[in-house]
Formats: sequence, C-alpha cells, structure tokens
Amino acid sequence: MNPAPWLRALILGGAIAAGCATTAGDKEIADQASTVLKASFKPAGQAGLDRLDQDDTQRACSAAAGKPLPHDVAAQIEQANLATIRYPADGKLIGDWRNGEKIAQEGRGKQFSDDPNGPVGANCYACHQLSKGELSFGTIGPSLYQYGKLRGNSAEVQRYTYGKIFNSEAFAACTNMPRFGYKGILTEQQIKDVAALLLDPASPINQ
Amino acid sequence: MKPSTLLAALAGIVVASLVWAQASTTDEIAKYRAALQDGNPAELWEARGEDLWKQKRGPKQASLERCDLGRGAGVVKGAYAELPRYFAGADRVMDLETRLVWCMVQLQGFNEAEAKKTPFGSGSDRKSDLEALTAYVTSESRGVKMNVALTHPKELEAYRVGEKLFYYRGGTHDFACATCHGEDGKRIRLQDLPNLMTAEGAQKAYTSWPAYRVSQGELRTFEWRLYDCFRQQRFPELIFGSDGAIALTMYLARNANGGVYDAPAIKR
Repeated sequence: MNPAPWLRALILGGAIAAGCATTAGDKEIADQASTVLKASFKPAGQAGLDRLDQDDTQRACSAAAGKPLPHDVAAQIEQANLATIRYPADGKLIGDWRNGEKIAQEGRGKQFSDDPNGPVGANCYACHQLSKGELSFGTIGPSLYQYGKLRGNSAEVQRYTYGKIFNSEAFAACTNMPRFGYKGILTEQQIKDVAALLLDPASPINQ
Repeated sequence: MKPSTLLAALAGIVVASLVWAQASTTDEIAKYRAALQDGNPAELWEARGEDLWKQKRGPKQASLERCDLGRGAGVVKGAYAELPRYFAGADRVMDLETRLVWCMVQLQGFNEAEAKKTPFGSGSDRKSDLEALTAYVTSESRGVKMNVALTHPKELEAYRVGEKLFYYRGGTHDFACATCHGEDGKRIRLQDLPNLMTAEGAQKAYTSWPAYRVSQGELRTFEWRLYDCFRQQRFPELIFGSDGAIALTMYLARNANGGVYDAPAIKR
C-alpha cells in the first residue's frame, strides 16, 4: 500500500527533524518494527492479521509518536477523514437516547474474545463522563455531561455530533477516539442513538 | 505465610470486595487496595515455582538450577531486574518467560511446543508451570532496583522496535498502547492508567508485575499483561515469546530503570 503524498511528506519531514545521524537508523527500525509486528501476532476469533495493516491516518498518527502534528498535516488528515462521512439517507440524525445509553455502556465488540454475532458497543463510559448517575466513567476523553444542554439541538450541532461519532479524525487529527462509523464499529442506527443520548433534551446527560 | 493467615487474608479480600461493590469513590478503592496488601495468594505460585525450579523434570530428568538467567548459571537473585537481555547462546534478546522456556528445552529436554503449551493458567484445572516459575524468579528480585542494559546492539534494537510498537495504531479502533498510557492522571472507567511515557509511570507499572488478580483468581505475568492489552486494543492475538512481546517488554522494562522492583504484587 502506497502512502498518500501528504503522508510521505510527513514521514520524510519527521526523519529530517530527527537529524541526519539517526535518519537511516529510524527508517530501518520502523521497517523492522513492521516485520516484527507481523510475525508476533496470530489470527484469533474475529481478529485477523489484516487488523495490523494501517491506513494513512493510522500510519501518520503512529509516526507522530504522541508529539503534536504540523498544522498542515493535521488539516490534511482531517480533510481526508471528513470526506468519508456518510450521513443517513433519511436525513434523520437523532435516534433513541435509551438505546444510546445501552450502547454507551456496552464494552463488548470486535475483540477476538467477543462473539462475532454478539453485541457491539461504543463503550463511551470507558473514556467519558456522560449521565450524572453513572459514576464509573473514565477520563481519557472530555466530560460530555450536559453536552446538549450546553450546545443546543440545532441542525448544525446535530450534524457535527453525528459526524464526530462517525469519524472523529475529521475534527481532531490523531484523536484517541475511534472512528465508529468509518471503521464499521457501529451501525447507522446506533450512531443515531448515541447522538440522541448526547442531544435529546430528555436524555439523562442533559438533566 | 501460615494457611490460617492466608485464609484470614482471603476472607479480608471477600469483605473488601463487598465494600468495594457498594462504594464508588476513589478513597474507597484506595482502602480496598491497601486491604489487599495484607495477604497475597501470589505466594502460592511462588512456592510452587520454587519446587518446579528445583525438581528433576523432563526427559533429561534435570532441574532448572543450572539455568542461566543472565547473572550466571543458577543465579536467581536479582536476575529479573536485569531482564530482558541478550543471550549469546540463543543469539537473541529474551524476557524471563522466553528464557525459562529455553532452559526447559536445553536443560530438561522438553520440546519447545510442550514447554510453552500453557503460558497462562486458568483456575485449578489448567495450571501454568511458566506462571509459577515466573512468580518464583521475580520474587527473588523484590527490593532490587531495575537495571536493564542496552549495551548489546540487539538490546538497543529491541528497545527501539518496542518504542515503535508502543505508538503503533491499528485495528478497528485505531488504538495503540499510547492511547491509554500516554498521559498523566487518566483512567479507564475507574481504573487508573499509568503514563508509561514517564519514568515514574513506567517504574510504578513495571515493578508491580506479575500480580495476583483478585478478579481472576490467577497470578498474571507481564506477558499476560501485554496479551490482554492487545486483546482490548482489538488486535489479533499476541504470540507468547514473540519478538514483538519481548521488544515491548524491553522498552517498558528499560524505561522503569531505577525503580525498585516490588512484585509479585496483588491487584484488583
């Protein structure tokens, strides 16, 4: 798989920034890591070795190694991901917040130990505070308590919220948040339901 | 530990678990963790491991007492604090678990597949000799400062490959190790996450494995920790003793240098 031109520029830029003395070494180590990786895993359950193949976004964010990206590269990642967002054909972006709450609580899905026909959740609570009543929440992402109450429920907010869940990289390059729609983790209906959990005035997170 | 003390400790764990189930504040969790420290069933694994180390086993009916863990044949004291390291005979960087398999093959005559058939145990039906041996050897480094060298070119190479793997995003969820372990003071649900990019975070995390996991009733090794992190990352299955597992271990162990080793520990 050939990286996109913008990605090639990033990798080359990183090598130059790292200094001439280590440039060759870095490339060799990166190639070696890729070889080692492929020999160090075996397929299990629903997780095949294709899960180790990176797309351009994954490759660029791995190469950044936790450091901030140059603005132009970040903008290119965001543009490329923005282009992947598919909005529902029926134009309705908001589902049922009660189902959204279940999806936000559900941690199963896509692990090699999970039943491939079993539930797939978003596990939002692993990283975010949402409903006030749920005290077992993580802090990797920002608190989403009163998300809708603070932003309102306009068409623009609905569109942004649905898009953010569908492909988070469209709005924040190299975010820690998965791309739930683009990577086929959640269905269209599930994304609508999670959007409802965030935006419906009746949702417990907006109380 | 006397059996009566152990029973009392286990009873304490049950009570503490109930307390934990009802409580939700970080304070209560801290109390629970402190209560766990009073007695650690990991000692059962350590004792079984010491027996396995000394027993004459395998086709060659030999013990592991001549196994070279890096500080000379048979030297167990302080060995874990210097692993992974390069072993000339194997021409490979090895972590403890891989080295134990090597010694079982070379000294005791087991075939390799047999030696690593059960890397992780599961209750009393499926005990893992490797877990027990790991518990014993690691316990002999308790109180020793982590001192992992990068002097051999292959040690340095393993470290650098491990660093790349730490940042490698993949799978359905785009997760890398760094996704959860790259910032201070974060947690997943209520579980605190060490920031493995800092010396303090790496020291605190690395020096506390293996650990007896109360929720699983099982002693878990560092290889298991990596295996289960990758499972949650939605990656395929990490192969036990693979170069990737060893490289990541090298990266984290080296970053923990200077930390005082303090395991087998006990964790939720």
